[in-house]
Amino acid sequence: MSGETHEGVHRHPAPTGFIRKYIFSLDHKVIGIQYIILALAAVLVGMTMSLLMRLKLSWPDHGWSLLGALFPGGAPNGVMNPEFYLSLVTMHGTIMVFFVLTTAPQGGFGNYFLPIQIGAEDMAFPLLNMMSFWVTLVGFVVILAAIFFSGAESTVGPIGGWTGYAPLSALGAIAGPGQGMGMNLWIISIAIFCVGSLLGALNFITTLLNMRTKGMSLMRMPLTCWAWFTTAVLALLSFPVLLGGGILLLLDRVAGTSFFIPGGLYVSGVLSGSTANFPLHTGGSPILWQHLFWFFGHPEVYIAILPGMGATSHILATFARKPVFGYRAMVFAIFAIGLLGFFVWGHHMFISGMSPYSAIAFSVLTLSIGVPSAVKTFNWLGTLWGGRIRFTCAMLFALGFVSLFVAGGISGLILGQSSLDLAMHDTYIVPAHFHLVMGVASIFGMFAALYFWFPKMFGRYMNETIGKFHFWVTFIGVYCIFVPMHVMGLVGMPRRYSQFTEYEFLHGLHPLVLFVSISAIITITVQLVFYFNVIWSIFKGAKAPDNAWDATTLEWNTASPPPHDNFAGILPTVYHGPYEFAVPGAPNDFVMQTDAAVEVPSGNGHNGHKH
Amino acid sequence: MGRVLAVIIWILTALSVLLFVSKKWWFPASISEHGPALDRQFMITLVIVGISFTAAQVGLGWVVWKYRDTGKPGDRGLYTHGSNKLEMVWTVITAVVFITLGVMGQSVWASLRLNDVPPGSYSVEVVAQQFQWNFHYPGKDGVFGRTDPKLIDDGALNFIGLDASDPNAKDDSVTAALAVPVNRPVELRLRSKDVIHNFWVPPLRFKQDLVPGMEIKVHFTPTKVGRYELACAELCGQLHFKMKSYMLVLPDDELNALKVLSQEQFQARMGELIAKYPVISN
Repeated sequence: MSGETHEGVHRHPAPTGFIRKYIFSLDHKVIGIQYIILALAAVLVGMTMSLLMRLKLSWPDHGWSLLGALFPGGAPNGVMNPEFYLSLVTMHGTIMVFFVLTTAPQGGFGNYFLPIQIGAEDMAFPLLNMMSFWVTLVGFVVILAAIFFSGAESTVGPIGGWTGYAPLSALGAIAGPGQGMGMNLWIISIAIFCVGSLLGALNFITTLLNMRTKGMSLMRMPLTCWAWFTTAVLALLSFPVLLGGGILLLLDRVAGTSFFIPGGLYVSGVLSGSTANFPLHTGGSPILWQHLFWFFGHPEVYIAILPGMGATSHILATFARKPVFGYRAMVFAIFAIGLLGFFVWGHHMFISGMSPYSAIAFSVLTLSIGVPSAVKTFNWLGTLWGGRIRFTCAMLFALGFVSLFVAGGISGLILGQSSLDLAMHDTYIVPAHFHLVMGVASIFGMFAALYFWFPKMFGRYMNETIGKFHFWVTFIGVYCIFVPMHVMGLVGMPRRYSQFTEYEFLHGLHPLVLFVSISAIITITVQLVFYFNVIWSIFKGAKAPDNAWDATTLEWNTASPPPHDNFAGILPTVYHGPYEFAVPGAPNDFVMQTDAAVEVPSGNGHNGHKH
Repeated sequence: MGRVLAVIIWILTALSVLLFVSKKWWFPASISEHGPALDRQFMITLVIVGISFTAAQVGLGWVVWKYRDTGKPGDRGLYTHGSNKLEMVWTVITAVVFITLGVMGQSVWASLRLNDVPPGSYSVEVVAQQFQWNFHYPGKDGVFGRTDPKLIDDGALNFIGLDASDPNAKDDSVTAALAVPVNRPVELRLRSKDVIHNFWVPPLRFKQDLVPGMEIKVHFTPTKVGRYELACAELCGQLHFKMKSYMLVLPDDELNALKVLSQEQFQARMGELIAKYPVISN
């Protein structure tokens, strides 16, 4: 496979004209940037929503006049009402998980760099690739529409959380404000997103398997490629289930079906089947929605984190000037995480009413999935050990990823045990866990990737001084925001409460709530500095050479930015593995994958070294 | 930069550990029979979590301190692709620790969920709705009266659809708060009228979803008299944050006197008991 060339199969001439070059582009590099821009916009929306949530939780009765002017229905006199808060919860989660964590790491950086890192001219299906982005963008427009078309209640969207449990999500407007048209738009947006994601997944898998250049065996691929590949497989297998579940949910809402709605309900004073507003339902299972959602939802969190793991491995080796420690083990760990990720979805459902026997099975499997994650952490430390570490911004964020992944992942040992989840389910230790391990670690992976690949994409470095400031405040800030949430959970603070005023057992937590909010306000504000850095550096950043970091993989062999066909007509030939740093006797402390002249001990980087 | 990073990581680690170790914000005292076993498993887990967290962060700090590039010309890192032996060792150790923890973490769960409700338990039917709790007591005859969704009429305060024509229903009471005996197994029959809710009393170390269309039977044994806050712990709509009630754990004499009362007297007596017992919140 690696010896084949692909002339004439899908070579297309370089586009002309602004629209073809930058808008409806078939070029994986442009599409990658489009995904990144989408993520940058979405994360701004998501962060604003979380800021508003923190304001409500900390000062529940305060009137924020700007808010009152913009959303008089949801925040009369500027005081957010409970449904406004819950809409923020729902939309924040949905936008962040789908339009940030499932776009930039895979569709963004993966699209841009997978073909280049394997020595291909483009993805296997450029048209599908373009469609996957535009479909995803339509999904984003629809989810934004849910904010503004949620009905007379003027909420900021539906109120069921990003998990949308039935029957709350299935019953329609009778179940609560925002649960009418807003909820329909939410489902439609997610369904559209599923389609976009599936188109992308097909591309990644086919490209990686079929289009590697000469000498690029599977075990010579950078770990980023292994991560993108596994992520694509997870997406291919899990998104259809969400799509199916979403369709069933929509049918329950608009077609009178009863997939998730049992009989005999009495909602807001109305008996099921007694009025036109509330048609007769019978026989449905709310738990079925949870199974369908979480069968997708658990692999989804690995979709969100695996690319960041790949980028971290890649960047740690590059700036420690050492090979990745345990490359083969790292590949197997990626597989193990991906595979086991399909067997643990029930840990979101221990107390859902499902069989307590299956809870036991899910619980033990969940604790097992900690093993490959721990193995990756040991190998990251092993990569750094004995290195000559250069603390560029990319490296700082990659190191931050390791720290945050451990901090967040470790609480999984608590939540994964059924006996402990009996007390901890739906308390604040859950958002503490997933924000650290998925939200923040993943974002750090994206930051690391952007600081790292920026000079390749734009021919200029991002400003390192501003970047370091960005790193320090963000790193310290996220610890301050999310570590306190663990103890809030121990006390028993429930999730998705719009305020904590009603319970005596929560009053003592108020100082922590304030501390978290102030940390969040500072951390979110400083992200503006990052946006400035990105935009300014595109035009004014220090010029970067083609190999901006003395790195080894194929993208550093070509121009910055790469030409339309990535390699100016001459596909590279690969002689070494991806992380040949510190090779004894080599003229430099790095040997590029294409460098035929240098001999690397133990078989040109193929694994099988004996140490 | 490496030294600064190491120090900051270590400070963040120390402060995080301190937050837990200080127990300034901590679990409330447990009031159930299974509570001590759950708390023991929790502490074992927290210790392992704490050690792993600290070791990893200290290790990360150490490598970035020790192996920072000092700029010596010609100085290179160690050329190694890893060690299969080391992979084996740390994988096995991790697997043994995690899976042992996982297996240990099933025992409290199994004791509560895999066993039937013990005979002689005190039973209460719990019917949740947006946004209140309804507790149905069987009354003097100990038999729950029939309920039917078609008979529910919130406006007429028949929240659970109690069938007045059923003789067993005549002595039943339906109130907004839960009263249970101390040191006796309690069975809750959990139902919901509309959406998923969740029964959560933190000191009890117990929670369970109430799912429309299902009757879920659970049991636990409260061990300390008092009044405890009951919170809904599954998003159920806009007033989820104030779907509040109380669980009253009563000494035998008070509960036995209460359970034979009829609806109006029952309700009045509950009011008195709620006033009598202050909330225990930690």
